[in-house]
Amino acid sequence: MYTEKVVEHFRHPHNMGKLKEYSAVGKVGNILCGDVMWLYIRVAKDEQGRDVLADVSWETFGCTAAIATSSMVSDLAKGRTLEEAITISNRDVANELGGLPPIKMHCSGLAADALNEAIYEYMTKEGREIPAALQERHEHIQKDMATLEERYKVFLDRGAAKDDASAAAEPSCS
Amino acid sequence: MPDRVYLDNSATTPVASVVLDAMLPYFGAEYGNASSLHGYGREARRAVETSRESIAEALGVRSDEIVFTSGATEADNLAIVGSALAHGGGGHIITSRVEHDAALHAVEWLRSTGVAATFLDVDEVGRVDADAVRAAMRRDTFLVSVMAGNNEIGTLEPIGDIGRMCRGRGILFHTDAVQALGKVDIEIEAVDLLSASAHKLHGPKGVGFLVVRRGTRLVPLFHGGGHERGLRSGTENVPGIVGFAAAVRLALAERREVTDAMRRMRRRLIDRVLQIPGTRLNGDPEQSLPHITNFSFAAIEGESLVMKLDEEGIATSTGSACSSPNLEPSHVLVAIGVPLSMAHGSLRISTGRETTDADIDRLLDVLPSVVGELRAMSPFKVGE
Repeated sequence: MYTEKVVEHFRHPHNMGKLKEYSAVGKVGNILCGDVMWLYIRVAKDEQGRDVLADVSWETFGCTAAIATSSMVSDLAKGRTLEEAITISNRDVANELGGLPPIKMHCSGLAADALNEAIYEYMTKEGREIPAALQERHEHIQKDMATLEERYKVFLDRGAAKDDASAAAEPSCS
Repeated sequence: MPDRVYLDNSATTPVASVVLDAMLPYFGAEYGNASSLHGYGREARRAVETSRESIAEALGVRSDEIVFTSGATEADNLAIVGSALAHGGGGHIITSRVEHDAALHAVEWLRSTGVAATFLDVDEVGRVDADAVRAAMRRDTFLVSVMAGNNEIGTLEPIGDIGRMCRGRGILFHTDAVQALGKVDIEIEAVDLLSASAHKLHGPKGVGFLVVRRGTRLVPLFHGGGHERGLRSGTENVPGIVGFAAAVRLALAERREVTDAMRRMRRRLIDRVLQIPGTRLNGDPEQSLPHITNFSFAAIEGESLVMKLDEEGIATSTGSACSSPNLEPSHVLVAIGVPLSMAHGSLRISTGRETTDADIDRLLDVLPSVVGELRAMSPFKVGE
């Protein structure tokens, strides 16, 4: 089901845990759905005076794929400039892991989203001008999370219904 | 120490050697089709009918009340869809929220054809209230389907009480006894239809049966040569049926010894695992199938727990194997009111006739540290 690379990252995850000092944190996912990822970044200047992700770490509640993608996105982002890090996509994360099972593809999306949100929070806090793509993705991520919560509310309400309620029509997390 | 520990016996079990030995001749020398007139066919027929009698005797039913199928999914579908077809359209089914997908999805599909359904709530251990079944009955109710023992959490259902309630009201009672067969007494006199599967009790995969009590009207799902009294056309799976009978005989012969050991191991598991902070037992500590124990662990996700244990050479599951690729929390855990935050962190441990105390020791040795490792990765912290 999982590639060796996925299992390797799950077994020995990189950059796991909360950073002692961090510039920003991106929080995505929903515990009701079974995946929550918190991604910490520490931003510093490199020799050329550019902002780089000097350190990246994460805390994740989730399946094998969620843990492996957290580990992988932290590897991909560490040492990159903010401009470079913004372009890291869910496909990059999945490809670097040698692919993910179709049903687990959303985990790679979660990892890239967490990075996006961490950078968004950092730039907002610093009063930087937010690039259009970052802003657009941020809004999309927040909207998705709100939709999900709404759907779960419906799910729970339906769970309390008595007659002729559909036990199979549960919300989808993907 | 063995290389691997298998604690996923409610997903499937290894074929016992005595079962395999009974089956082998029917792949080789005795390969006849049980419908053939010649000697090959007569030997195959004899094997099928002897097996049928032996299973019927173990269950306390007549041998012509056993219909062999390809497994329990087919048996559940034959019972549920077959009785709906015999009812002639419309009508009402009562079932519970904790049934196996094979039953639940069959009912779901029938709803799309215009059959009404009531999904009964269960209490916090997953038990259906027999009085709620009575309250849900309508004039057009033709079937009640409630499983004997739950495949995810082990809870036993009051099938005797429910079945007796259906009697005299012209309502059929079906029970999925896949996990219960060979483990606990089944009040067969209260049941009209009962599904079972061989591979859950050390028989082969690909064979099951449905008990169809005399006078029960079903319309078959498969049409063809009229095998199994017209209820299940298709050439009989002779080695599978012979293996199923051998597995039932074996389960019966060693039942007391095996299930006593299972109960002892279950008590030990419950005592020890609940000492890990942030842990809950899903199901009933006492009124349970002896071989299934289900826990939830706060702040971690079940799949990664199963994966970590697999790395340690211990095979377990998150719930039912069928639902592993499904991202939604288990419908059984949601039905018993496990908070959704904990419903994702479930672990099912199921023992078999070959499970030893040393296997349980090995799990108990590694479980606290594996849970600790995953919690160290989690953004959620567990209060002591």
